[in-house]
Amino acid sequence: MDNAEIETVIVTELTTITNGAAGITAETNIVRDLSLDSLAVMDLVMALEDHFDISIPLDRIAETETVTQLAGVVQSLQTEVEA
Amino acid sequence: MGILDKFKDLRSAYDDVKSAGSDPFSVRFDKILSPTEGIVAGKKTILLGTNNYLGLTFDKQSVETAVTALRENGTGTTGSRIANGSYGWHARLERDLAAFFGRKHAMMFTTGYQANLGIIATLAGRDDHLVIDADSHACIYDACKLTPAPVTRFKHNDPDDLRTRLRRLKNKGGNVIVVTEGIFSMLGDKAPLKEIVEVTKEFGAYLIVDEAHSMGVLGKHGRGLAEECGVEDDVDFIVGTFSKSLGAIGGFCVSNIDDFDLLKVACRPYMFTASLPSSVVASVVTSLEKVKNGELLREKLMGNARRLYDGMAAAGFSVGPDASPVVAVQLPSPEMAIAFWNALLNEGLYVNLALPPATPANMCLLRSSVSAAHSHEQIDQAIALFTKIGLAFGVIEPERIASFG
Ligand SMILES: Cc1ncc(COP(=O)(O)O)c(C=O)c1O
Repeated sequence: MDNAEIETVIVTELTTITNGAAGITAETNIVRDLSLDSLAVMDLVMALEDHFDISIPLDRIAETETVTQLAGVVQSLQTEVEA
Repeated sequence: MGILDKFKDLRSAYDDVKSAGSDPFSVRFDKILSPTEGIVAGKKTILLGTNNYLGLTFDKQSVETAVTALRENGTGTTGSRIANGSYGWHARLERDLAAFFGRKHAMMFTTGYQANLGIIATLAGRDDHLVIDADSHACIYDACKLTPAPVTRFKHNDPDDLRTRLRRLKNKGGNVIVVTEGIFSMLGDKAPLKEIVEVTKEFGAYLIVDEAHSMGVLGKHGRGLAEECGVEDDVDFIVGTFSKSLGAIGGFCVSNIDDFDLLKVACRPYMFTASLPSSVVASVVTSLEKVKNGELLREKLMGNARRLYDGMAAAGFSVGPDASPVVAVQLPSPEMAIAFWNALLNEGLYVNLALPPATPANMCLLRSSVSAAHSHEQIDQAIALFTKIGLAFGVIEPERIASFG
């Protein structure tokens, strides 16, 4: 799956979590722009784990801020699974 | 920019809480009269938020042993056990704990927080994988920050979800460590431990159970949820605290694992902090005896727990899924919870206010913890006060109150 597709999934999940916040894009800063607390971010991670059937360790999330960066983490974890 | 500016959201939340009346995060007890009563702002108050499950804080024998140990060994150990050595009472309690749980090894910590921090973070190495229940206590989350191991969460009390997550880790190498709790501190619900054990075994993972709220409370002999579920042999590490049913302070871990003694020279939250003073340890040794022979206390506790849980449910309050000594009433908003908490305190009832993010699913809770030392009258009075204020605040409706009593 390419980065853009993963981004779309993340944006959809974020829209659900934020009860339909508008204007979420690839550049959205997940914590700052959406005021998600750490628990909400961890729940997002859980949802993404289930969507992509991968394991996303919490420390990998600490490095990410934007949707694009998170998509990058998901993609690299997917590649690890396939390797 | 000020060093504490990063907490400006916390500042405003905290100020909001305080502006509604008393500060729930720094209630002052002028005097503690007994395990179930104290004086707050000059008023006699029922203590229903102390985790003092068996009411042992004023146990005569425990107090006397502590006083003797205090006189004989002084006020503190002034250092850690690896640097300053152990006292006779330390060795004695570790022996007693191992015997109580029927395990080969025990080690104790200065708090239960440190026990979880130390055991989890030390067991999970860089190549291992830590898998925790999503509603884990803060100290388990903090252990996740200390460990070099990758951490994933499974859905609260959901063994099937745990299976899915363990499957994803299957070919990643390293050991997998699963962490859950006996009774969860906020809602008082129990882990489905039998099923969690099955899944954990299926994947050859290790299991740590924090029995902080269930030791002394569950199981015929008070050994916690693992005893109640008959799975003690399959729980690799039990962690717990002396600060709840044992009425003191401190934490511990017991296990049958080989080379357990290595933990005492590898576990930093054990090594680099002062050990408990003899007085505290001596009181725990004595209280542990009471816990072991505490079948009657446990019966009384469960009777009280049921009485409060059923009473709250019948009044129309939304309570947790299991009747346990932790009874949490869910309220619709932080403002309501704060006002409700203040009203209870003004009427002479002390419970815990629990707000997001310290609660599961962002719930606003008034958390009660029942003791074997509560009288039926105290429990009934608590239900009556909750009901009165709940009606006044419109949280419950008069016509929905089931008759009970
Ligand atoms: C589930 C759980 N584990 C550990 C602890 C920590 O125990 P202690 O108070 O001994 O640090 C607590 C209590 O705060 C708890 O609720």
